[in-house]
Amino acid sequence: MNAPNKSGWKPEMSPAEDGLHNGPATTTGNRALMLEEPLIFEIGHAETTGVDLPEIDPDAPNRLGGFERSKPIGLVGLTEPETVRHYTRLSRQNYGIDLGFFPLGSCTMKHNPRLNEKVARLPGFADIHPLAPQQTVQGALQVIHELGDWLMKLTGMPGVAMSPKAGAHGELCGILAIRAAHTARGDAREVVLVPESAHGTNPATAAFAGYKVEDIPATPEGRVDLEAIKARLAPDVAAVMITNPNTCGLFEKDFREIADAVHAVGGYVYCDGANFNAIVGRVRPGDLGVDAMHINLHKTFSTPHGGGGPGSGPVVFSEALKDFAPLPIVRKLQDGDGYELVEEEQREHRGQSFGRMTAFHGQMGMFTRALTYMLSHGADGLKQVSEDAVLNANYVLRSLEDILHAPFADSGPCMHEALFGDKDFEGGLSTLDLAKALIDEGYHPMTVYFPLVVHGAMLVEPTETESKAALDEFITAFRSVTERALAGDESMKQAPYYAPRRRLDETAAARKPKLAWEEPEG
Amino acid sequence: MRYLPLTDTDRGEMLAKVGAKSIDDLFVDVPEVAQLDGPIHDLPMHASEMAVERHMKTRANKNLSAGDTPFFLGAGAYRHHIPASVDTVIQRGEFLTAYTPYQPEIAQGTLQMLFEFQTQVARLYGCAVANASLYDGSTACWEAVAMAGRMTRRKRAVLSGALHPHYAQVVKTMAQFTGDTIADNLPAIQTEPDNAGLMSRIDDETSCVVVQYPDILGRIPDLSELAEAAHAKGALLVVVNTEPVALGAIKSPGEMGADIVVGEGQSIGVGLQFGGPYLGLFAVRDPKHVRQMPGRLCGETTDAEGKRGFVLTLSTREQHIRREKATSNICTNSGLCALAFNVHMTLLGEKGLRELATENHRLACKTADRLEQIPGVSLLNSLFFNEFTVRLGGKLAREVVRDLADKGVLGGVSLDRLYPGVEALNDALLVAVTETTTDEDIEALATTLEEALA
Amino acid sequence: MPRYFTDEHEWIDVEGESATVGITDYAQEQLGDIVFVELPDTGTQVEKGGEAAVVESVKAASDVYAPITGEIMETNSALEDDPALVNTSPEEEGWFFRMTIGDSSELEGLMDDKAYKTFVDSL
Repeated sequence: MNAPNKSGWKPEMSPAEDGLHNGPATTTGNRALMLEEPLIFEIGHAETTGVDLPEIDPDAPNRLGGFERSKPIGLVGLTEPETVRHYTRLSRQNYGIDLGFFPLGSCTMKHNPRLNEKVARLPGFADIHPLAPQQTVQGALQVIHELGDWLMKLTGMPGVAMSPKAGAHGELCGILAIRAAHTARGDAREVVLVPESAHGTNPATAAFAGYKVEDIPATPEGRVDLEAIKARLAPDVAAVMITNPNTCGLFEKDFREIADAVHAVGGYVYCDGANFNAIVGRVRPGDLGVDAMHINLHKTFSTPHGGGGPGSGPVVFSEALKDFAPLPIVRKLQDGDGYELVEEEQREHRGQSFGRMTAFHGQMGMFTRALTYMLSHGADGLKQVSEDAVLNANYVLRSLEDILHAPFADSGPCMHEALFGDKDFEGGLSTLDLAKALIDEGYHPMTVYFPLVVHGAMLVEPTETESKAALDEFITAFRSVTERALAGDESMKQAPYYAPRRRLDETAAARKPKLAWEEPEG
Repeated sequence: MRYLPLTDTDRGEMLAKVGAKSIDDLFVDVPEVAQLDGPIHDLPMHASEMAVERHMKTRANKNLSAGDTPFFLGAGAYRHHIPASVDTVIQRGEFLTAYTPYQPEIAQGTLQMLFEFQTQVARLYGCAVANASLYDGSTACWEAVAMAGRMTRRKRAVLSGALHPHYAQVVKTMAQFTGDTIADNLPAIQTEPDNAGLMSRIDDETSCVVVQYPDILGRIPDLSELAEAAHAKGALLVVVNTEPVALGAIKSPGEMGADIVVGEGQSIGVGLQFGGPYLGLFAVRDPKHVRQMPGRLCGETTDAEGKRGFVLTLSTREQHIRREKATSNICTNSGLCALAFNVHMTLLGEKGLRELATENHRLACKTADRLEQIPGVSLLNSLFFNEFTVRLGGKLAREVVRDLADKGVLGGVSLDRLYPGVEALNDALLVAVTETTTDEDIEALATTLEEALA
Repeated sequence: MPRYFTDEHEWIDVEGESATVGITDYAQEQLGDIVFVELPDTGTQVEKGGEAAVVESVKAASDVYAPITGEIMETNSALEDDPALVNTSPEEEGWFFRMTIGDSSELEGLMDDKAYKTFVDSL
């Protein structure tokens, strides 16, 4: 194993009895840089504000006609210095990619380039209204069109819908287009086939669109069971939804054959593009027979996750589905170099579109970031992205498989993520305990208990923006916690010890939900 | 490539470790038909930070920014001043580059923020519980219709004609696939909202009545009588708000009897951004209904040492557990926009929000008064908050808007843009006014509008 | 008062014309801490093997199936405030609902306590 850094400083290993816990209690509850922070409702006041606005003139004319608010809202304010400090303190209780390695499988937590942030904030993008006259927003329409063009070329697909607001919204877009295409030819179909290793959004989406969901089993090597799909295919099957590369981190070798079989019975192929980072620039899903695929701009194209969104989920379409794409769409004008936003639901414009999915035109703030990312990498850089992402994941897989159960290690190379399971852990320890021990080592844990097909699943996605040194350091830490788990180290059951909070009581939270702050009684 | 830390030496060592001769060995499972022979041909190669910034700036510079011109657009997206510290906070890497808080011990920052946000939204809406955000107001509106269907086990939603037409379209798009029936119509172009007409459409099969407050024409409907009428038929009242600043001045939907309140939160902390990302708000008045809600919820609990902490809770409603039986398929929502809302609302506080609302209303009244002096212009609304409708005496409003834009004034949203081809509405213009509007802006609008109508 | 068991780990007590249904001690142990029980409305018609209730832990939601066909007469309101009763007293205070017995012949296919114990031991 390489040393984390051959020439530089290396941290001392923490003593077994950590001083933090043996030191005297503090009056404030703080521990130096680990600062406790109350809720705004506990420190703010109704009459405090951090903005300077004109005082209210009670005699000013008003056109509210008796609907004036009479009761207090119940909000509190802080001045600007208090506000900045409150949120700065809160931020320090969070783990982010900027802080360290974040191998959350299926989530593609790669570095977020700061140029993207700068570009998204240019007033020409950030300060324009969605309903501004089109002659005043030609540059914005151009960006949407350019990004759509990149997505179609990267996927080898002829159509694109830009408005879906996140991955799950994109899935819905794809499935609705499939439904519309069947309806248009008077072909009512009821069933969508979903592998059991799929993201939960897949069956939820299909059900939301009114389909009956049927599970497709996996083979022992972790891929979709081609024979099972073939056996089930019939004219009542509207679509299959397959994630490729799949959630076990493997490329679905039989994808093309599955697609051909689905097409042969008049069905369509939906590909969940959550794992596009493994193949971007190297493999075009269109060449595999995909009819619709959403692309999580917040994964592959590095728009920041922001603690749970916003995402953005454009969908690319095959020839068979592209005319059913939702409105609005951006078109290049035939004459001249301008762009047109087609948002009207008038018949002649609407064509076969299944309708509108959101109020405006999609996540413009994410489009500018994603296009900036693409232009920075170029076709060559994006190819390098997928290759490095896959290499990093294989490196992790092969560096851990000797001590950690890797159920599909013999199924060939993994793609951009490596899957492990907890079956050899001793002393009642499980994946959860290992994850919490990793927190103490300074890492954000991998995805745990997903996919469901592996007991105690641990899905590690390093991404391409980690250096070899960072991977080596992580592997060292992971091996050490794995060894503890294999030895049944009881102390792991109470981990984490050094995070801003110890394990939280989720049972109590769910039994008596407390979802908003309330003034203490009395 | 500046974002890729691996060196060729690293790659060589790592390939050796994994037992591959070249990177191609790791892609052996990709069928030959899908193997490309190099970088995709018709795309450019990588570029420097400077070159990319230059490219993107040429696009940005082709757009007319709201801040550079007299600006009166609204209709579901509003330009407000965002304090500088909001952007500073949301750019902190610990917030910006975090994921959904699946590991609560190291995500207390995001979780506590969400708990504060939920409390702020619930209070603003006069509700018991708000969720941790949805995509935007329009998708939140559909989620409310779907939830009302689950709760009442009925499949017919009645939409007010004065609901934002894009919101109505989203609901109708979804209903095509779920088997719900959506009863909607065009807005009656009259001084007062058509509550009587709306109430007459409620029947025993109605799951919910959906009404916008203030409505798409800027009018303020009386929610109390609508709540009563809906409840009398066993239906729920869903209230949609697209301008949260209004709720600093007018009664909350919850206190007027709304069962589900949804809306767009963009006005607080989130910029215009050409329509997204925005912030869907979703709240219920009765805490008993929380288990039927869509989206994430953050709840308070304690850790193993007894310290207060926060977690995502009631997850069994959600897709990652309930799969095809989930209340919604939503996963990623609008976390960072919720933070921006939370920070901006904390800076405002009760006092600031009320003052902000009052200032918006004052300037809107002033603008309406000024525009009414123009020959050919008549004000439709008797009541409004910061947005109102004027009729242009038979002139096509969409053309007037284009004329004004040519003169550098973004004068409003024509109803023809929102209801294309509806003749009865095509001389109507929606005008939105906020605290960012100056006296000079008002005068510029009045002057150019007068010229355009002359 | 005879008690029967299903292979979905429900118990059913027959008292004359009606029956009380809950989940077994084995089931609650498998589910872990119960945080919520979604009970059917009274008056609902349920079919043998059909979904009748949902029992939730923090990370899972499991369907509870009607052991026999009938109509829901009453549900255990104590579970609303205290779902933990399913953990602490699954086969008594943590009962789910009472129902009519639509077809008493359906009881014949169910297990008695001895058979159920053997069944559980075999798992």
